[in-house]
This record gives sequence, C-alpha cells and structure tokens, in this order.
Amino acid sequence: MSRIDQRFAALKAAGRTGLIPFVTAGDPVPEHTVALMHALVDAGADVIELGVPFSDPMADGPVIQHASERAIAKGVGLPDVLTWAAQFRERDQSTPIVLMGYLNPVEIRGFQRFADEAVKAGVDGVLLVDCPLEEAEVLAPLRNAGLQQILLAAPTTAPERMAQLCEAADGFLYYVSFAGITGAGRLSTQDIAARVADIRKHAKAPVAVGFGVKDAQSAKAISGFADAVVIGSALVERLGGAKTASEITAKIDDFLRPIRAALDAA
Amino acid sequence: MPTIQDFHQWPDPHGRFGDFGGQYVAETLMAPLAELTEAYLRLREDPEFLAELDRDLTYYVGRPSPIYHAERLSKHIGGARILLKREDLNHTGAHKINNTIGQALVAKRMGKPRVIAETGAGQHGVATATVAARFGLKCVVYMGAVDIERQKINVYRMKLLGAEVVPVTSGSKTLKDALNEAMRDWVTNVADTFYIIGTVAGPHPYPMMVRDFNAIVGREARVQMLEQYGRLPDVLTACVGGGSNAIGLFHAFLNDSGVRMVGAEAAGEGIATGHHAASLAAGRPGVLHGNRTYVLCDDNGQITETHSVSAGLDYPGVGPEHAFLKDAGRADYVGVTDDEALEAFHLLARTEGILAALESSHAVAQALKLARELPKDGIVLCNLSGRGDKDVHTIAAREGVQV
Repeated sequence: MSRIDQRFAALKAAGRTGLIPFVTAGDPVPEHTVALMHALVDAGADVIELGVPFSDPMADGPVIQHASERAIAKGVGLPDVLTWAAQFRERDQSTPIVLMGYLNPVEIRGFQRFADEAVKAGVDGVLLVDCPLEEAEVLAPLRNAGLQQILLAAPTTAPERMAQLCEAADGFLYYVSFAGITGAGRLSTQDIAARVADIRKHAKAPVAVGFGVKDAQSAKAISGFADAVVIGSALVERLGGAKTASEITAKIDDFLRPIRAALDAA
Repeated sequence: MPTIQDFHQWPDPHGRFGDFGGQYVAETLMAPLAELTEAYLRLREDPEFLAELDRDLTYYVGRPSPIYHAERLSKHIGGARILLKREDLNHTGAHKINNTIGQALVAKRMGKPRVIAETGAGQHGVATATVAARFGLKCVVYMGAVDIERQKINVYRMKLLGAEVVPVTSGSKTLKDALNEAMRDWVTNVADTFYIIGTVAGPHPYPMMVRDFNAIVGREARVQMLEQYGRLPDVLTACVGGGSNAIGLFHAFLNDSGVRMVGAEAAGEGIATGHHAASLAAGRPGVLHGNRTYVLCDDNGQITETHSVSAGLDYPGVGPEHAFLKDAGRADYVGVTDDEALEAFHLLARTEGILAALESSHAVAQALKLARELPKDGIVLCNLSGRGDKDVHTIAAREGVQV
C-alpha cells in the first residue's frame, strides 16, 4: 500500500478530515524548504503538496505565480525540489509528498529519469496541472515507477468525463471547487457539497477539495463532506516575506493549527 | 516517421499533429475546449456560416489580397522573381483579421457576448478590437507591459475601437505572459467569454481553427499563381512567431511536393548570442500554452525570455503544426537577425514603396536570400503579412532618429 493510500486509510479509520497544504518549493527561502515541510507536518498536515516552480503557471493565480517567480529568480529548479524531498524523507518516512506543477519541467528532465529520481527521493505522487487524462499516456514511466498520478476534477467537468476521472482516480481525486484559477474567492459550499457527495460515491479514491479555501471557517465547511481539504494560495501568501526558519515555522503554526483544530472539531 | 502523402489530414481527432499539439490544459478548461471544438467542427461545415464569413472577408477585410511582383526589388537582388502576397493591404493592415473575423463569428454563433485576446505587437489586439466593434461584442485585450511601451500607437488604436487594454506585469511582460493572463481570464469567465487566440498555438482546437481561418491566404495565392503565372512558386517564405501567417500561406501548398517552404524565425541578435526567438531553429520539444511543440527553455524546463526587434515574433513557442512540418522534413525553419530584417525593411521601402511590418521584414530578408540562390526564372512567394506603420517609432528610435 502506498504512503498516500495508507494515510487516507488511517484518516478514514480515525474519522478525520485530511489537511493538505500546498507550498511552492523554494519560497520564501530555498534553504528553509525542508524545515518548512517539517513545520507543516508538526502543524497538522497529512499530505504535502510541493509546488515545482514554473515560469508560465497558466492555471495559477497571482499569489502562486509570484511565489514561482521568486523561487525561479533564486535559481530553484526540479533538481532542488527532488533534493529537498529526499532530505525531508530522512526524518519523515510517513507523510506523503505530492509534487504539483506543470509538464514542461518534467518532460525536459526526461519522463523516465524523473520517475526514477522522484521515487528515489521518496516522492509519492505527482499532480501535473496541464496534463489531463487524455494526455496522460506520456506519464506511463511515472506510473510504472510507482508514482501515483493525482487527477483534477472541476465543476465544469461533464458527467461522462467525471465518470472516467472517478474510474481513473489514484491516490486521491482533487476537486477544484470553482471554475477559476487558484486563490480567487468564490465558494458556494452547498454546490460543492452536492457535487462532492456524488463524486465520492463513484470515485475509486478519496476526494480532496481545494481552490479558495483560506481559513479555519472555510476549511471546516468543507470538512463535512470531503475526505481532505487543500489549502494553497492563502498559505503561500502568509509565508511571503518570512526570512528565518523560526519565522516560517511561527507563521505556519499561526495559520494551520486553527484550521487543523477546526477540522478535528467538525 | 513514414513518408507522409496527405498533409491536409492533420490534426487527428485529438488535435495532434504527429507528436505535437494536443490539449495540455487544466481540467477546468477541458469542458470549454470540448464545447468550442464541437461548435467549430459544426460551423466549418455550415454553408450559412461560411457564406457569412466569405461576405465579411470580401466586403469588410477587402479580400482577395493581390500577389505583387516586386520587380525593382528582384532586379536589385539579381536572382529569382520575388512575389509578395499583400496581406498588408487587408483592413487593419495585417493577416490577423482573417482569423479574428472567423473567431468572432464563431463567438457570435455560440452566444458569447464578451471576447478576450492576448497581443504582442498589438496587431492581433487591434484586429480583435476591430471585429468586436464590428459585431457589438465587449472586448478585453491582455498585453505585456513591455509591449505596451513599444507599441503605443496600437494600444491607442484598440482603445479608440472600444476595447479595454489590460497591462500584464508578470514574467517577462511580453506576449507569453499576456497569453497566460488571457487564459486565466477565460478559465474564470468561461460562461460568457470567448477567447480569440491570435496564433496557431494554444490547445486544440485553436491551432486547427486559426490555421483554417488563415488558410485563405494560401488558397488565394495558389489560384492566383496558376492564373497569373501558370505555375506554382518554387519556394514559399513567411515569418514565424507563433506561425499563423506562415501556416496560412503554406497550408494550401503542403501536398504540392515541388513547392519548398521556408519559415523565417527571429534570430534577434544572432542565435549564438542566446538573444533570439527561434523556437524551431534553436529550441526543443516541450509543452507550453496547452500544446506540445518546440519551445525555448532552460535545462530546468523554465521558458526563457526571448528577444526580437519585432514584438510579434517575440514568442518562445511555435504552432504545433510547424513543429510537425519541421520534423516531417516538409518545411525548413531558419533564423533571420534583427539587422537583416531592418536591412530588408529599408530595401523594400526604397525599391518598391512598401513599408513592411518588422515581422514581415524577416520574411522579406529570407526571400532575398532565397532569390539569390535561384535562377532568374525562379519564383519566390513571400507573405507580406503586415504593414509597417506601427513600427515607424521603433525603427526611428533604433536608428537614433527623433520623430
């Protein structure tokens, strides 16, 4: 059983909602990325989504785009992200790591080479935003190496296609809760609840809900009907400007602990 | 790759041109792209739609555009005859309107009251603002802050036409960033918004649809060649940024195996300097803006900033069909430097009284090279894709002239 599957099984057994923070690797300070990841786990993260910086993040809003630009300006690339994942694994063998990003850095690295390196580094899954199911053939080397491909589902996804996604879901299915870029604030909880309930009935994997979740209250609203909550832009924005590892840890604690508590109280 | 007989069969139903093209987009865009694909495939067979398009191309755009024998230019070079396909004579001054008229009509038929576009040189933005005014559609144009600075006149033209121009300050602040921003707008406002992409890039069906609307250039030219010269040209040339004017000229000739094709990419300050935008000549296969194609990127897969004197060629990717034609050996793609393009610009102005766009001046420069290699009875057909009025300030500034 993969680390992701084990983690979701444990959450289910405990009746808890998973907390999946997203951070852009290398932001705000490249050297503190590993410390930052451990701080996420200490504050209650169940899975870490680690963003691979890309120059042209088409599906992301300004917050994550700027985090990417800052990291790239400091020279951060896919090799660094893999190195940090491996260093994180030295101390934490149980928290799943999902690399989230765009296809080009992986393609340029070489699919087979990336697959081997990622598995060796202790990465568990990949979420490649611009690689929908229809184009996923190219990711065969990744899947064969044991990396789970996390798929996205959206409010605009047609019923027939949703059935395909539910069938192909591996690790978890990431439902983006409104038709838009990351970090914008539109969220009708009722709409999401109805859609997610339906998806959970059919999906072969747990369902995580994200996009637009920004605090304990909005996270708690989702925890009633989702297997996990993803928090990205709001966290990345909080971390911006932090300089030392202790500053980063303090900001993560301030932000994530109330969310963790709200999820557990739900 | 097996020998390809029929180049007109592409793309396949998945939007792929061999290994290139496809739909590399976020899940949120899959439904709108499916909706667009379905609507467009229906409309391209719809006689009423095609008749409406044809009427606007004739009476609004001013088609057909002539083929002009640049005699004094040809004589100056002393080689083959150079013919110019005069897309600069279209309404708004470039080939771009062939596509925007087509997409605006699709938007209208799909019931979308708002259109958005990205623009580099501003030509596509102007062409979009123009057709938006023509059809009564709300129009928002995304443009890189750097491009806004170097194309002030086009920015003002768009505003006069009633469009809102939104400066894009992310990344390199040029065309690729404007495209990212327009894509984000589309993802957020898909219900009432149609995204008019200006080149043969982006996810399927855009490379096919934009090509189809520009393919009138080659269809006309092929008929005009046979009527006026009784033969096809020996070689076609056109500039390639995203590649819409080039594919527009090439497409009708792809199955004419005797006709060579050469795309002129922006070599900027020279390919060896790294300051260029020659994705096919110097890039590698990758994924950008929704399709697999040749891209300019570093070893980490980050898209690199490009350079060209012409904003319209300043793009680190290229239409996937060009990537396919390159790998299939059907077309060659070569670099033309800023200096070569400027020299061609001046030569054409002085010998023929035509101010070409800086983009098109790259094609003219390539036509001069090709004409030198061919015998006097040879024919080079060059797509003069746009007029140069918009570039007068850029040229003056570069040459230290106060206007």
